Amino acid sequence: MKIIVLVKEVPDTYGERKLDLETGLADRAASEAVLDEIGERALEVALAYADSHDDAEVVVMSMAAERAAATIRKGLAMGAASAVHITDPGLAGADLGLTARTLAAAIRRTGFDLVITGNLSTDGGGGVIPAMLAELLDVPNATALSSVEIAAGTVSGTRSVDGGTLHVSAQLPAVVSITEALPDARFPNFKGIMAAKKKPFETLAAADLGIEPNDLSVAMSIMTAIAEKPPRAAGVKITDGGDGGTRIAEFLIENRLV
Amino acid sequence: MTDYPADSILVLLETTPNGELATSAAGLLGAASRIGTPVALAVVAAGQAQAVAEQAAATGAGRVLVVETDSMQLTVPHVDALAAAAAVVAPDAVLISNSIDGRDIAGRFAARASAPIAVDAIGVSRDDEGIVAHHSVYGGAYNVDSAATFGLLVVTVRQGAVDARAEAQPVAFESLDVSASGAASAAIDSVEAVTETSSRPELRGATRVVSGGRGLGSAEKFALVEELADALGAAVGASRAAVDAGYIPASYQVGQTGVSVSPQLYIALGISGAIQHRTGMQTAKHIVAVNKDPDAPIFEVADFGVVGDVFTVVPQLISALAERKR
Ligand SMILES: Cc1cc2nc3c(=O)[nH]c(=O)nc-3n(C[C@H](O)[C@H](O)[C@H](O)COP(=O)(O)OP(=O)(O)OC[C@H]3O[C@@H](n4cnc5c(N)ncnc54)[C@H](O)[C@@H]3O)c2cc1C
Ligand SMILES: Nc1ncnc2c1ncn2[C@@H]1O[C@H](COP(=O)(O)O)[C@@H](O)[C@H]1O
Repeated sequence: MKIIVLVKEVPDTYGERKLDLETGLADRAASEAVLDEIGERALEVALAYADSHDDAEVVVMSMAAERAAATIRKGLAMGAASAVHITDPGLAGADLGLTARTLAAAIRRTGFDLVITGNLSTDGGGGVIPAMLAELLDVPNATALSSVEIAAGTVSGTRSVDGGTLHVSAQLPAVVSITEALPDARFPNFKGIMAAKKKPFETLAAADLGIEPNDLSVAMSIMTAIAEKPPRAAGVKITDGGDGGTRIAEFLIENRLV
Repeated sequence: MTDYPADSILVLLETTPNGELATSAAGLLGAASRIGTPVALAVVAAGQAQAVAEQAAATGAGRVLVVETDSMQLTVPHVDALAAAAAVVAPDAVLISNSIDGRDIAGRFAARASAPIAVDAIGVSRDDEGIVAHHSVYGGAYNVDSAATFGLLVVTVRQGAVDARAEAQPVAFESLDVSASGAASAAIDSVEAVTETSSRPELRGATRVVSGGRGLGSAEKFALVEELADALGAAVGASRAAVDAGYIPASYQVGQTGVSVSPQLYIALGISGAIQHRTGMQTAKHIVAVNKDPDAPIFEVADFGVVGDVFTVVPQLISALAERKR
């Protein structure tokens, strides 16, 4: 069973996140970069399966800037067997369509039984990549799973949507995405970090995948405007001296909120 | 098949597991009516076409294409229906709710149609060159517009973000023929509809929200949040820490990976105000916070902050509100 886990480097949301007002791209220099937490949880699902199944092989894959290599390597330290890093200056600022086509080409090239992704990436991702990949790879999509059971030839799980909870199942090969309801990821240990240095790490450019990033005959999504909104200013802060609740009631009345 | 106006906007209507038209329909049709002629598409269980078409017409759909299917496949039947509808309508844009199901349908459809996709839009407009999607990103810190270089644009619209409403229309629906693509899909083995027992407003789109965090300390004590919410006629929300601690189900989570809200009033109780939480609420009109830590970051965005214990401040607030009602 070959499981590809899609991970992404994102600006650390504990810090301040900025967009470059010239390019509209995330200002990577403005904040520290980390492996997206939801991607780590996706990797944990795969590694937990591999812990008890000797035939399982876990590959981490990411399409990201060159400097993300160190972050992707963390996936190897956690226990993935190999990594695929797609990086190409032409892919900087890729729209969702180009991202999906590129990832789909890399997934096909690597070969897979199961692709596991996060449901939504932290850096304002749209949560549509998993479904786009399923369409491009012509496999089922089972997304937003809050529990996952992987078996020989099938994957299933539960998914909470507005108005209900579904149990879904799919034949492999398939693409699934998971939510943060699944367990937190393990930490890489020293042994893992040392072992990671010897694991296969493949770096691919767009051309290696037959992808032409600047093909203008393909319709793209482009950013046409960007503006920063002034940050919200703090208002009144009082220390409760026994009348805190009454003061809030007064604030609500003054502002016609009750 | 009749002709469709050149400015047609195809709107995918969502239905609930109970077969009702989902609340997202009103905003989608409202948004579509501002940029063109809405043409709605509904994929419903056999025998429900008339009922859903009537609800859709009341919500502003002048034309409804209906596909009746009892398929228990996930996503793919909707994508097949959208592809068939887009082929006959030739719309300028397809609007879909940015719900979990909506995102999957939009993603698969955009990939199939090789159409650009704009996700989580808070509005749409039309200029000389076509349809523009408006986004609010990084917790409302930036406004960004996006558009297609050419051709059809697929847009997922944030639930509750569009206030515009379309006028009610006479009921007019026709069934749409769809040939199944045969694309591989997951199967829905079972559906458990959530029966809303609560009379409280729904979190998404609520005008008032009272949220509780880890500071409430336990599931039992979280009842205080619900009590204040009821006193204000507000929806209940929570931080991720409160959800993780099991005080309340995950569907109540406000924030980056939960629900984004933009109410008139947001009250944060025992919530530190981590950036991931603020992302989902800092566009609220008025923010009130109660936290015993004077340095909690929630105070940076609060219009009125009280440094104090929720278990003394909130009961006092509740009685002050009750007093006023009398
Ligand atoms: C990728 C990612 C996504 C995330 N997404 C979300 C999200 O969508 N939503 C979200 O909320 N979080 C999210 N988080 C988590 C977020 O970083 C915080 O951990 C979380 O919001 C903290 O919740 P809290 O404020 O309830 O808990 P804490 O940070 O523990 O704060 C509890 C607060 O309660 C106060 N307190 C304690 N007792 C009392 C009392 N008796 N009276 C008054 N005040 C009291 C304390 O002073 C403290 O400030 C995400 C994190 C990551 C990494
Ligand atoms: N550039 C990328 N490289 C690898 N995985 C990605 C990339 N973009 C999105 N993904 C995967 O798709 C999931 C959802 O992302 P998004 O659609 O961006 O919200 C993420 O959690 C990742 O698993």
